[in-house]
Amino acid sequence: MSSYAEVAKQYPDPKSAILPALRMAQDKYGWLSREAFEEVADALDLTPAYCMSVASFYDMFHLEPIGTHTIEVCTNVCCGLVNAQPVLEAFELALGIRAGETTEDGAVTLRAVECLGGCSTPTIVAVDHVYKQSVTPADVPGIIEELNARGLDGARQEAEAPASPAPGAEDG
Amino acid sequence: MADTIVEVAEGPALVLKGYEPGEPLTDLDSYRAVGGYAQLAKARAQTPQEVTQEIIDSNLRGRGGAFFPTGRKASFIPTPDKVAKPIYITVNADESEPGTFKDREIMLKVPHRLLEGCLIAAHAIQSKHVFIYIRGEYLEEYRVLEAARVEAEAAGLMEDVTITIHRGAGAYICGEETGLLESLEGKRGQPRSKPPFPAIQGLYASPTLINNVESITNMPIVLEVGPEEYAKIGAPPDSTGTRLFCLSGNVVKPGVFEAPHGITVRHLIFDIGGGIADGRELKAVMVGGSSFPVMIPSELDTPLDANSLGQKGLFIGSGVICAIDDRTCIVQFALRVAQFYMHESCGKCTPCRVGTRWLVQYLKAIEAGTATESDFDIVLDICDRIIGKCLCVLGDSAAMPVASCVTKFRDEFRAHLAQGGCPFGEDSSLAHLFAPVDQHAHTPVPEVISTERI
Repeated sequence: MSSYAEVAKQYPDPKSAILPALRMAQDKYGWLSREAFEEVADALDLTPAYCMSVASFYDMFHLEPIGTHTIEVCTNVCCGLVNAQPVLEAFELALGIRAGETTEDGAVTLRAVECLGGCSTPTIVAVDHVYKQSVTPADVPGIIEELNARGLDGARQEAEAPASPAPGAEDG
Repeated sequence: MADTIVEVAEGPALVLKGYEPGEPLTDLDSYRAVGGYAQLAKARAQTPQEVTQEIIDSNLRGRGGAFFPTGRKASFIPTPDKVAKPIYITVNADESEPGTFKDREIMLKVPHRLLEGCLIAAHAIQSKHVFIYIRGEYLEEYRVLEAARVEAEAAGLMEDVTITIHRGAGAYICGEETGLLESLEGKRGQPRSKPPFPAIQGLYASPTLINNVESITNMPIVLEVGPEEYAKIGAPPDSTGTRLFCLSGNVVKPGVFEAPHGITVRHLIFDIGGGIADGRELKAVMVGGSSFPVMIPSELDTPLDANSLGQKGLFIGSGVICAIDDRTCIVQFALRVAQFYMHESCGKCTPCRVGTRWLVQYLKAIEAGTATESDFDIVLDICDRIIGKCLCVLGDSAAMPVASCVTKFRDEFRAHLAQGGCPFGEDSSLAHLFAPVDQHAHTPVPEVISTERI
């Protein structure tokens, strides 16, 4: 993993590196703790309060601990017109939690999210940030099984995930 | 779990030229085999002014939603001898408009064409640094584009230009050009007051050209077919070239379809898209994106060009065509759209910050059947007090679709009040659709959280 300083070098102003730096810190700690903010602030010559104010603006930054895995279901209108709500409900039932919550064992956080930009293959579900297309309620047990098989290790670190296969190959 | 359909529905193939379904032009050799980077060499042999003039003559217009003439925008950028600061290009790949999924397919299928467009634009305005701001959720797209960038750089195509791919972190408002600039500068993505316009004071207060992915991907094509020929494609003089139409919703065959400006919505939905799924009837169409007024079936023969749509108060936006069938409660549709904009409002301007919340509150009351008929006019009044009164158009984007639903479907709104609730009961396709904004509420909202209902 590259360092904060290396990322900052790509920009005329190191402050511009705050989003990539926060993403790296989140990958490292799992969420953006005070410790993570201190680290980013120190690296980019900003203050922790400033870093926190920026992070809180963006949906992909987590200001409290989340599960090892994330399941994000698009519930905007295009997916909604087809089957987003039944898909979300199937995940809620299977995991025993509601959208926005994390399972008790800390394994999975389930979120409803706004349009993921995959509207022709509803419902889009991002599992650890990798899109699954045309998900139906019937696919839900299989997705959860897949996560169970993956276990609790390191899935949240998208930056270290193996290079993805060709687009669409995930969806077989 | 199917893959996205991406195809040329009607020629000429421009943005997707050389792409065959299932065979993305992701590597340099395959892109070069269809003539890739030839236009860059040609452009670099011309003066920057000549290249800009060709883009102006093609009448290429912005594909991100505003439809501003791309060449004219480039011509606003001062030349390096007139300004002591660097000149930047930022490519808006923060594709977040609900219903839009074309830029990601460009990045997945023809990433080098986007990069070639960036380098041509860099030559045209004499910029040495291009930033591509890609939405954070697009991980796969980022990886494909970054791999293409590395390959192009290794092949020496960049010369003295640097392309930096910058990932966002989940904020719709960063697709607004000045919100994008703020975000890229390492701040919260809150839009700026204009003027000064980005062409004069953009990124780091320097002259900055901002273009959507599809707009900039058209640049090599303009040079290849020639501006005069390009200007004849589609619906000249104003809507030239093709669009990657994003067809979704209740259609048989959704996907990204390249077709010239000027084809009708009816043709797209019923011929290219195979009609409405499940034997249902079409009720409304989200045209341009969720930010714009909805289209009703009597308007289906409107050609998809800016002028024809404009005459009906509609917009081409980012090429969205989302079909809504007769199972859908239009109040629920308006509510869910309003919830999206309330969630994404940055909170800087009062009409948007407060108005989007009011719209949600009134629409919830209408959906529950507890509102009164005079509330319809209050909703329209709120919309009127948002539109044109904020620094950016996010508030307008909530107000326009909501106002169009109230106006075009007033009888259905009334039926909610007459029946003391939704006339669709549990049968609407959008019934109980959860909105992410409810996750952030301090107290859960039981009526929309589904497991309690089951």
